[in-house]
Amino acid sequence: MALELKNVTKKVGADVHIHPTDLTFEPGSFNILLGTTLAGKTTLMQMMAGLEKPTSGEVWFDGHNVTGTAVQKRNVSMVYQQFINYPNMSVFDNIASPLRVARLPAAEIQARVGEMAELMRISAMLDRRPSELSGGQQQRTAMARALVKDSDLILLDEPLANLDFKLREEMRDELPRLFAERNCVVVYATTEPTEALLLGGQTAAMHEGRVVDLGPTAEIYRNPSGLESAKVFSEPPINLAKASVKSGWVLLDEGVSWKADKGLANGTYTIGIRPHHVSPVRQSSKSVVVEGKVKVAELTGSESIIHFHAHDHPWVSLSHGVHPFETGRFARFYADMSKCFYFDADGHLVDLAAAGKAA
Amino acid sequence: MNKTVNQKAWFFVAPVLILVAFNAIVPLMTVVNYSVQETFGDNVFFWAGLRWFEEILRSPRFHDALGRQLFFTGTILAIEIPLGVIIALAMPRKGPWVSVCLVLMAMPLLIPWNVVGAMWNIFGLPELGLLGKTLNMIGFDYNYTRQPGDAWFTLILMDVWHWTSLVVLLAYAGLVSIPDAYYQAARIDGASSWAIFRYIQLPKMKRVLTIAVLLRFMDSFNIYTEPSVLTGGGPGNSTTLLSLDLVKIALGQFDLGPAAAMSLIYFLVILLFSWIFYTVMTRGEEQ
Repeated sequence: MALELKNVTKKVGADVHIHPTDLTFEPGSFNILLGTTLAGKTTLMQMMAGLEKPTSGEVWFDGHNVTGTAVQKRNVSMVYQQFINYPNMSVFDNIASPLRVARLPAAEIQARVGEMAELMRISAMLDRRPSELSGGQQQRTAMARALVKDSDLILLDEPLANLDFKLREEMRDELPRLFAERNCVVVYATTEPTEALLLGGQTAAMHEGRVVDLGPTAEIYRNPSGLESAKVFSEPPINLAKASVKSGWVLLDEGVSWKADKGLANGTYTIGIRPHHVSPVRQSSKSVVVEGKVKVAELTGSESIIHFHAHDHPWVSLSHGVHPFETGRFARFYADMSKCFYFDADGHLVDLAAAGKAA
Repeated sequence: MNKTVNQKAWFFVAPVLILVAFNAIVPLMTVVNYSVQETFGDNVFFWAGLRWFEEILRSPRFHDALGRQLFFTGTILAIEIPLGVIIALAMPRKGPWVSVCLVLMAMPLLIPWNVVGAMWNIFGLPELGLLGKTLNMIGFDYNYTRQPGDAWFTLILMDVWHWTSLVVLLAYAGLVSIPDAYYQAARIDGASSWAIFRYIQLPKMKRVLTIAVLLRFMDSFNIYTEPSVLTGGGPGNSTTLLSLDLVKIALGQFDLGPAAAMSLIYFLVILLFSWIFYTVMTRGEEQ
């Protein structure tokens, strides 16, 4: 029961919301759509669900073309960022509503709602109305409603975005457990790289209506296929700098240079280095010094996020512990350039291992 | 907690107190004054106690006017609220037609009340009005100046024409505030359009509809200008609503005492109905 998008596009007027996209999601898989707001995650999900028709291309499910099939005939469920429940129904009736539409016997409805409420830990609230619940409980109710019917496809559109921090962490832990035993396709949209990494599974990184990277979540994080994918999958944003490689040395506009890896051809590149590889303390002997003027220092307690400008280019450093900095002062940071990515002029990642072998 | 006494605070509240005194308390007290006194002119007053109140409450004339008033308000509410919701549901939510619809809907609300009365007065005339003449031509014996039934028909039609838009606008505001995700979720559930109306749209419109019913109740209970221009309470007394009767007593017969007592009773009736309705509608909603 795999879900396949075949060359799907979506245009509204002259605006292209989704460029031609091919995706295949296997049954029992947990799939993440990662991208900023307006990257096209929601549009793509609505086309998967059948709420929106693609402008061109086809949606296949379980070997059948379902492009024109109405949403209520597709056996899908969806959870939204807003907590969507029927306002004047009790929690029990809310969870039971899809089963009642499917005309299941009352005893079975009772049993399945009870089981689902148990799983979502809202058993004590079954008689209440959604307005009498906390945000987290409301979202659990909405999720229970989505999971209570045995959907073939479950779509979650930033379900944790409106919850407070603590609840979000709790739910992130619970989510993989909820889907573990199901043989359905789960698609989960999020804007947060951390959330994607915590949830695991497979990730499709999206940027401006295109899937820019696809693969196991951790793999994409470690080896982004290109510049856009690296940008999408980094929080705080990845540091990017123009670099030129000449006779075995890499030189940045920032006035920083280091010995180039073997096989890196001469030319201009964009380097990307994640904020946690730029530290106020020296981590490795290969670190190079980047000096800059501190703009903003965010100290969260366990982490310090320092924004600074080196030769007018913005940089970010993320380090463990509290490192107080005075804004406006010059400071030294140590960038571990053995961890940096080289992107060529087209924005593709340069495979250093392959390049090294070739040389 | 210690509260500091600050006499200067009165200074800041004074403007609003003076304003309220002049536009509410003083006129109201004047009415209360008249309602317990008897006068034969020359600014000479005698204490009358609760005599006027007893007289009004016992008078069949007041009972009839109150009955007509309740019939009028009940009928227009029963028509305008459902009709307003139906029109709001039929209006487009997006696109260029939205503003066209909204402007058309606002139109009747912009017309001065006495003009509305005059319009319908002419519109309904059997010899030359478009409505009156047409009805007579297709075989109805329609004459609102002679037949009480026709007068009521015209009166209610006029109010529906004039005020349904208000309900439409309020209901429409409630409808457009429902996020799209609700409709999508309902589609995924396979909910019918009746279920969508019953379980999403109606509950989400409850607050604005409560306001709509309250506003229409109070306005229609107070209505004076339009029926006064349209029928003047006639034929006979058949469309004499409370406010029309009140003006007849106060300015026609110059019975200031009974008129004042009647105003107070009138006022308390509106207050009572509004309070009961509001309490029932918002019951079970804690904020």
